[in-house]
Amino acid sequence: MAVKEFEKPELKEYSDVPLLEKKATAHLAPFKSKEEFQSSLGYPGELVDNWQDAALDKMGDLLKKYRSLRVYLDSCIQCGACTDKCHYYLGTKDPSNMPVGRQNLLRSVYRRYFTLPGKYFPKLVGAVDLTKEVLDDWYSYYHQCSQCRRCAVFCPMGIDTAEISMAAREIMDSVGVGQKYCNEIIGKVHKIGNNLGLPEPALADTLEGLEEDVKDEIDIDVKYPLDQKDSDILLVTPSADFFAEPHVDGLIGYGKVFHQAGLSWTLSSHASEAANFGMFIGSYANMRKLAMRIREAALDLNVKRIVFGECGHAWRVAYSFLNTLAGPFDFLDPKYPVPQHICEVTYDLIQKNVLQFDKSANDDMVVTYHDSCNVARASNMGDVIGGQFTIPRDIIRATTNHFYDMDESTIKEKTFCCGGGGGLLTDDLMELRMKGALPRMEALKRVVDDYGVTHMAAICAICKSQFSKALGYYGFEIDQIISLHQLVGNALIMNKKEL
Amino acid sequence: MSLVTIIYGSLFYFATLILFAGIAYRIYEYATIPAPLKIPTPPAPKTKRGVAVRLFREVVFFESLFHSAKWTWLFGWLFHFALLLAFFRHLRYATDPVWFWVSWEIVQAAGHYAAYMMLLGLLGLLVRRIFVDRVRHISAPSDYLILFLIIGIALSGLLMKWYPTDIFALKQFILGLIYFNWSELPSDFMLLLHLGLVLLLMIIFPYSKLLHAPGLFFSPTRNQTDTARDSRHIADWARKLES
Repeated sequence: MAVKEFEKPELKEYSDVPLLEKKATAHLAPFKSKEEFQSSLGYPGELVDNWQDAALDKMGDLLKKYRSLRVYLDSCIQCGACTDKCHYYLGTKDPSNMPVGRQNLLRSVYRRYFTLPGKYFPKLVGAVDLTKEVLDDWYSYYHQCSQCRRCAVFCPMGIDTAEISMAAREIMDSVGVGQKYCNEIIGKVHKIGNNLGLPEPALADTLEGLEEDVKDEIDIDVKYPLDQKDSDILLVTPSADFFAEPHVDGLIGYGKVFHQAGLSWTLSSHASEAANFGMFIGSYANMRKLAMRIREAALDLNVKRIVFGECGHAWRVAYSFLNTLAGPFDFLDPKYPVPQHICEVTYDLIQKNVLQFDKSANDDMVVTYHDSCNVARASNMGDVIGGQFTIPRDIIRATTNHFYDMDESTIKEKTFCCGGGGGLLTDDLMELRMKGALPRMEALKRVVDDYGVTHMAAICAICKSQFSKALGYYGFEIDQIISLHQLVGNALIMNKKEL
Repeated sequence: MSLVTIIYGSLFYFATLILFAGIAYRIYEYATIPAPLKIPTPPAPKTKRGVAVRLFREVVFFESLFHSAKWTWLFGWLFHFALLLAFFRHLRYATDPVWFWVSWEIVQAAGHYAAYMMLLGLLGLLVRRIFVDRVRHISAPSDYLILFLIIGIALSGLLMKWYPTDIFALKQFILGLIYFNWSELPSDFMLLLHLGLVLLLMIIFPYSKLLHAPGLFFSPTRNQTDTARDSRHIADWARKLES
C-alpha cells in the first residue's frame, strides 16, 4: 500500500515536548477486519444493529472482570503527569495520544453510563454519549496505542493505558469492529500455528536451509530441529525469526548456543509462533487459545523445559501470563522456571563458563541496546528485580568490546516503544509508526553522534521489523538494527570442545 | 435549637454516611473485582512485604509522580501533606479530652502554617492546569471546581484567624454530634462557609476522582508481586474457561 505523504518530524538534538495540535492524527485508522476473520475469532462480522447497547453491556461485563479497568477509570486525577510520556504524543502532537487523553475517550463514556455524576451532570464531569463519532475516535486512537505501558510507570496511580486500550479493542471487536492486521494474524495462528501462516513443510525446509547456511559459514553441523520428540527444550520463537533479517541471525545464534552447550532442543510446528496477538486485542479467550498451543506442543513433544526466543510482547505473555493461561506446568522439569527466556539460558551458560567468546568478532560494531517495552515494563528475567535490564546488557558486554547505553530517560523502565508494538506493525499505520519512532530515533542519534554507535541490538521481533523501516526513514541505515543473539552467534567460540 | 444548627447537624450526619458508606462500598467493589492477570510495573517486588514498601513510598512520597513531573509533585505533595497537618490540628475540636499529642504546640502550629502551604500547593496546581496547554486540554469543569472547593476550604479556614468564631461552642457542637447530644452551632459566616464546603467535599468524595485515594491501593500495576512464574495466578471467571 502506498503511504500517503505526511510531514516528517525533525530529529532534534534534545527532545522537547510539543504544543498540542487537536485531531492531528484523527485520520489515522487501520484497515478493518473482514467478516471471515471476525467470525473465526468469535466476533460479529460487521457493526451490529444495537451496537450501543452491546458495547455498553460489554463494558459493564469487563468492568466486573478486570479490576484494573474499573480502578483506572475511577482513579485518574487528570493531573497531567503522563501527558508528555507517550511516544505517539511526542511524535504526532495529537492530545488524544496523551495517555490521559486516550483514556478519557473511554472514561467519558464510562462516566456517562456507569457513574452518578455522569448520568445527571455530564457536562460538569466531561461525560459524553456513546455516538458513532465516539466509536470512530475509539477505533482511531485505541489503534494508536502500542500498549507499551510507559505511562503506567510514570502515573502516580499506576494507571496503565494498555489495560484501557485492550478493553476498548475488546469492546469494539464484540460489536463487530475489529482490526484487520491483528485479527487476520490471530486467525492464521489458530489455523496454521504462526503469524506468517507458514505450514510445517515450509518450516522444515527453511530450517534445513538454515543448517546449510551455518555449515557453509563455520563448517560445523549446527542443528535446527523441528518436532523432535523427547528433546529437553522446546524453543518457541516469533515466526519472523524463520525468515527475515535481522531476525534470522538471532535464531542462528540460539542454535549455536544450544549446540555449544550440548543441549537437546527442538522447535515445534504446532507452536511455531511465540507472539500472542490475543493480548493486543484484549481478548483473554483468544490469548488463552493461542497459549494452549504451546502447552499442547510441550506435552506432545515430551520436553522438559520451554524457552522463548527474542520477542517482546511474546515474553510478556510468556513470563507474566503463560502460567495463568495454560498452566500448571507441573509436567516440566521443576529445576527451571517456566518458561525461560533465551537470554536467561545464554546468561546462565556464560555464568557457568560453558560459553566462551571472542569479542573481537564484533569489533566492527559499536553497540547500544534498545529495551523493548514489553520486556522492560511487563516481565522480568532471572530471579532478581531488574534482571530484564541487566541480563541482556551483560550478554552484550560479554560478547562485544564497544557498548554504550542511550540516555537514561529513554532506557530500562523508561524505555521508548519502537513505535510499532501493540498490533500496529502494519503498513496502513505507517505514518503513525514513523512518527512514534521519533523519541527512540532522537535518543539513538545522540549516541551515534557522541560515541559513534553503529548498531542497536534488540530482543523483539516487532522492534526489529519496525526499526528496519524507521532507521531508513530517519536517515540511518536499515541494517543498523540487530538481534542480540546475532552478537552472541558472531562471538561464540564454537570449537572449544574439540580443542 | 436554631435552624442553622439543625441544617448543619443533619448535613453532617448525611455527609458522614455518604463518605464512609460510599468509600466502604467502593473498596468492597474494588476488592471483589478480580485482577485476572499479573501486570505489575517495574521495579516490581517479589514479596508482599515489598509491595507494602512500594505502596508506602507511593502514598507518603508520591514516588512515581516525583519521577514524572517535578512541579506537579511539589505542589501536589505540599497540598496533601498540608492537608494531613491541618487534619491533625482539627482533631482538637473532636476529641475530649484532647489527645495529648494533638495539643502539642508543634502540632497546632504546624496545622496553622499548613494552611499557607496548602494554598501554595493548590494555587500551583491551578496555575499548571490553566497554563500548561496539555493539562488545560484534559481539564473538565469538575477538575477546576474541585480545586476551587478545596481552595475555598483552606482560605475560609485561614480567614477565621481574622474572623474568629466561638470555638468552645463549636467544639460543643461537634461533640454533640458525635455523642448524640446536640448543642448550638455558632452562626458566623466564615465558619458556616468553611463547614459547608467541607460537607460538600465529603459528599462528592465517593463519586469523584477523589476515589484515587482508595484506588491507589487497588492498582494492580502497583500492588501485585512479580511472581507469575512461581505460582499460578488465576481468576475464578478465567478458571471456568478451562472446563
